[in-house]
Amino acid sequence: MAAITLIEAVNAAMAYELDNDPDVVLFGEDVGKNGGVFRATDGLQKKFGKERVIDTPLAESMIAGLAVGMAAQGMKPIAEMQFMGFIFPAVDQIFCHAARLRHRTRGRITQPLVIRAPYGGGIHAPEHHSESTEALFSHIPGLKVVIPSNPSRAYGLMLAAIRDPDPVIFLEPKRVYRIVKHEVEDNGEEYPLEACFVDREGSDITLISWGAMMHETLQAAEKLAAEGIDAEVIDVATVSPIDMDTILESVEKTGRACIIQEAPKSGSVGSEIAAEIAEKGILNLLAPIGRVSGYDTVMPYYRLEKQYMPTVDRILDEVRTIMEYK
Amino acid sequence: MTTTTVASFEIKYHQYLDANGKPTKDIPEFAKDMNIMRELYRDMYKLRVFDAKAYALQRTGKMGTYPASLGQEAIGIGYGDVMTQEDVLIPYYRSTGGLLKHGVTMEEILLYWGGDEAGSNYSVAKEDFPICVPIANQIIHASGVAKAIQMRKQKRAVVTEIGEGGTSEGDFYEGINVAGVWNLGVVFFINNNQWAISVPTDIQTACETYAQKAIAAGVEGIQVDGNDIVAVREVSNYALEKARNGGGPTVIEAITYRLCDHTTADDASRYDDPKVKEEAWKNEPMIRLRKYLEDNKAWSDKDEEEMKEKTAKEVDAAVKAYEAAPKPTPELMFDHLYAELPEMTKPQREAAIKRGAK
Repeated sequence: MAAITLIEAVNAAMAYELDNDPDVVLFGEDVGKNGGVFRATDGLQKKFGKERVIDTPLAESMIAGLAVGMAAQGMKPIAEMQFMGFIFPAVDQIFCHAARLRHRTRGRITQPLVIRAPYGGGIHAPEHHSESTEALFSHIPGLKVVIPSNPSRAYGLMLAAIRDPDPVIFLEPKRVYRIVKHEVEDNGEEYPLEACFVDREGSDITLISWGAMMHETLQAAEKLAAEGIDAEVIDVATVSPIDMDTILESVEKTGRACIIQEAPKSGSVGSEIAAEIAEKGILNLLAPIGRVSGYDTVMPYYRLEKQYMPTVDRILDEVRTIMEYK
Repeated sequence: MTTTTVASFEIKYHQYLDANGKPTKDIPEFAKDMNIMRELYRDMYKLRVFDAKAYALQRTGKMGTYPASLGQEAIGIGYGDVMTQEDVLIPYYRSTGGLLKHGVTMEEILLYWGGDEAGSNYSVAKEDFPICVPIANQIIHASGVAKAIQMRKQKRAVVTEIGEGGTSEGDFYEGINVAGVWNLGVVFFINNNQWAISVPTDIQTACETYAQKAIAAGVEGIQVDGNDIVAVREVSNYALEKARNGGGPTVIEAITYRLCDHTTADDASRYDDPKVKEEAWKNEPMIRLRKYLEDNKAWSDKDEEEMKEKTAKEVDAAVKAYEAAPKPTPELMFDHLYAELPEMTKPQREAAIKRGAK
């Protein structure tokens, strides 16, 4: 067992499944010899050959459309979008075909594919490299949207995504690709999709987050503990479909909820969680639901990136407001 | 300035029968087999009758929007005739001929256009894609299917089809480009019926031919008289054999004329020139094949009558089956969304069932 980063965990899970299942095939731009621009596929072409780890021409719709065609033949493609900001040409293929083929054919043709993309801000990247657009994909029936927050979760969720019989959009929070290491056993054990993870138990407030923001959220929870506020922290992990049972149970216990996300506030995954809590758990609430998010604005160039992203301080301010509500 | 030509290309045009059914050059062997030729004629006729029936169903409120293939029957029937069951068809909305030839039933096609997903759950052509409505997406699917076939070292061809207007889409180029660079076994048919709804070809491209778009992808491009079933079948056979045997992709532009509206929701008289259309009718594919059969003493008025009677029965039976098909129940909106319906969505399914088919 070795301590590995989130990106190494993604690599290890893909390697495990390439080894385990001859139908798994990995492709995208620069994923071969170069090992991906972030090195997520480092060494995989050398290990599994050019037949199974394939550099494609530079065209995102084509990458997604190839995955659709290959999955229809029963293969299990893992297709990489180099950055989520470049996924939009592929949206046509993902929304109109990957998400719908099972439904359109009454189950005759299925889409066991994974589309991976690094996403989110915080690495001083150029324009179009830092957005968090998970809500766009979460809105589309037929897709699953999975976001790991740490190395062990990246390993287990990636394995589950590859093995899942339906299309999974797997978004990798690139800001935390290398910030922590976990001891991850490379044993092929998957984590469940459509399941939240309770990362810290508490009784006063439920903090709900996913992806890179889990790190700020957990830090905030520790600071709150010092102030005598006992926060429960939930990693949503699969942001569509959402395991609302875990969230509602927690809110029933704590009576307070705060959702923390990097994406813009309106029409977001956070909006959906807040609406579900309001719809099904409003009578358990002791205070209005709080939200800490990116602003409803264009993701700024990186000189203003820090001002855009939710911080530990912003989380603390929001939680204190919720706790003070009478 | 002295220059060197570093690349050049030419596009070959294929025609065997002229508009009067007279051979323009030595005809291929299969076209001397009158059993094959009679069957092709009957298939084209069946498609035409089916189209007319579908139109009537739409006009009488018994079916939704439908795109006919009038005048373009030789394309789907031509390539469909050389497809085996192992080959895969990735159709678009005007691939009715190809679908019928590949075993998709008339009832299934009616159900599809009649608004029921059951129509895409093909009983015979299990690996064929459902009809692709968004323009050109299917071109890439064909390459993806062909990549899987190539990786598994199978000898199967993939056939897809697109209108000439669709070749302006990025997906068309992306799909043929990757087929070229990976040497995939795909046959890309372009139905150049002169119209993308109301937009004529001279507004669509500055290329002299649509076939030459293949050249930019390093793919062989062929032009064929799309109203000459002998030529369509012959180039299809060449391209499919090539695809099955590792020879790579082919783009085939079939030149024809859309004698019908774009769909039942369109009125081509708003933009089509009646004189041009009148001329196009002289060129349509069935007249020349009948003349060819008659010239070869392989078709009589009696044959024609028998065909009409048999086809009417067959199409009527399909319409009856379509009309008798059970109405889909509300849970079908949910039951094939995922392998397993998410917990979050289950209450919606229950609610829809409870409301029932009101």
